[in-house]
Amino acid sequence: MRKSYYLFNPGRLSRKDNTLKFTPLDEDGNEGTPKYIPIESVDNLYTFGSLDANSAMYNFLGKEQVSVHFFDYYEHYTGSFMPKDYLLAGKMLIAQSEAYSNKKKRKQIAQKLVDGAAFNMLKNLRYYNNRDKDTLTQIERIEALMLRIPFAEDIETLMGIEGNIRMSYYAAFNVIINDFEMGNRSKQPPGNEVNAMVSFVNSMCYTLSLDMIYHTQLNPTISFLHQPGERRYSLALDIAEIFKPLLADRLIFSLLNRKQVQQTDFDNRLNSCLLKDSGRKTVVKAWDEKLNETIKHRSLGRSVSYKHLVKLECYKLSKHILGIEEYKPFRAWW
Amino acid sequence: MTITATLINLYHVCKREMWLHANGVRMEQTSETVADGKLLHETAYPQRSEKYSEIEIGGSKIDFYDAKNKVIHEIKKSDSFESAHEWQVKYYIWLLEQNGVEGVKGIIEYPKLRETKQVKLSAEDKTYLQQIVQQIEALVSADVCPPRIEKKFCKTCSYFDFCWIEE
Repeated sequence: MRKSYYLFNPGRLSRKDNTLKFTPLDEDGNEGTPKYIPIESVDNLYTFGSLDANSAMYNFLGKEQVSVHFFDYYEHYTGSFMPKDYLLAGKMLIAQSEAYSNKKKRKQIAQKLVDGAAFNMLKNLRYYNNRDKDTLTQIERIEALMLRIPFAEDIETLMGIEGNIRMSYYAAFNVIINDFEMGNRSKQPPGNEVNAMVSFVNSMCYTLSLDMIYHTQLNPTISFLHQPGERRYSLALDIAEIFKPLLADRLIFSLLNRKQVQQTDFDNRLNSCLLKDSGRKTVVKAWDEKLNETIKHRSLGRSVSYKHLVKLECYKLSKHILGIEEYKPFRAWW
Repeated sequence: MTITATLINLYHVCKREMWLHANGVRMEQTSETVADGKLLHETAYPQRSEKYSEIEIGGSKIDFYDAKNKVIHEIKKSDSFESAHEWQVKYYIWLLEQNGVEGVKGIIEYPKLRETKQVKLSAEDKTYLQQIVQQIEALVSADVCPPRIEKKFCKTCSYFDFCWIEE
């Protein structure tokens, strides 16, 4: 099975015959012992350290349909190398554009995305409420806000409701997380440890969604809740909304509360807080393990990984767009 | 639109798969069955490559066409969709006939079962093919995707997740 590779150390990635070769470079530019990665085992690459590469390597990755996601020094997702689209379907593209430009159709999908995301947030809050963390205020607030979703007149109103739901949800983070305070959500740069975790894991969730979209016929630039062009691949933002509570937030809670990530894993600077290499490695490892965990799926009757759930969401959206079956957002049932 | 032999085959297996395939919603990239078939195709008859050749006709690809003996060879993994395989080969024969090549026969080969099956095209077959080509055109160009069929073999289909995911 193909898997993700995470490159933290600086070095040179090159093509050696039909294999990938990674040569680590130390601070003085001295080469270390190269590592070889069989291309058949690579699903995609995440690069955090500085990477030297040439076009022969990218041509090779393109041919093998391996994408590369880049993160800058501040752990922001900065972009991806995506091989050319290999699953083109004119009918799907036209239907997707049509679903976007028809106001009613677009709103209908956007409402479901917000509703699904809110449902999954509530699921997390209820879980902790049953475990001596009082999140009742936020639960009630979100439930009240959710009632307004079906009556939202346009996307802007819907985005407003979504924003308020998320604010209430984040307010509960202070209750759920033991030793850290989140305060207000701050990004670019994150102001404290919790915000640093949220930013980083959210961007992992976004790239996961992007990867899954790439392996379907959906076009990643045409989105429904987010404004297309808000970021380059805004459909990935739409889909990530549904999965952030389940994949990103639960991971953050458990890593911090089980002290797998601690104060010493963060680098506090003037006006910003970032994960250190050590912390980042712990987070990425846990994230990768989480994605490969499996659950027995209700409607399919077989085990699927968390990662595959995201692709299934793309299938549901495709069916909705093609008029085959109405889209029902993923709702965590456990 | 071009009717391919794949569509003729799928018409006899699942009309929904036919519609999705024809409209570009493809799943081969995730299908182990397709990967197996490809491997089988490449490895089953290694000595054949020079004598036989792959030809493309009317948008369809024939795996091996023996021009000297006028025989189409079609390799399949198992005989579980036998009639679909037969119609696929009959369609090839029909295509060749339309292009002025008469008297062609077909052989479906199941290397794993060590079995072969002869295929000929009758006059009734031609009428039938004529009819279904029209039906396929109508089905595929319709906006509505045919319903999913609830068959045991859905479980091994590469579209299983697509068709059966609900919530």
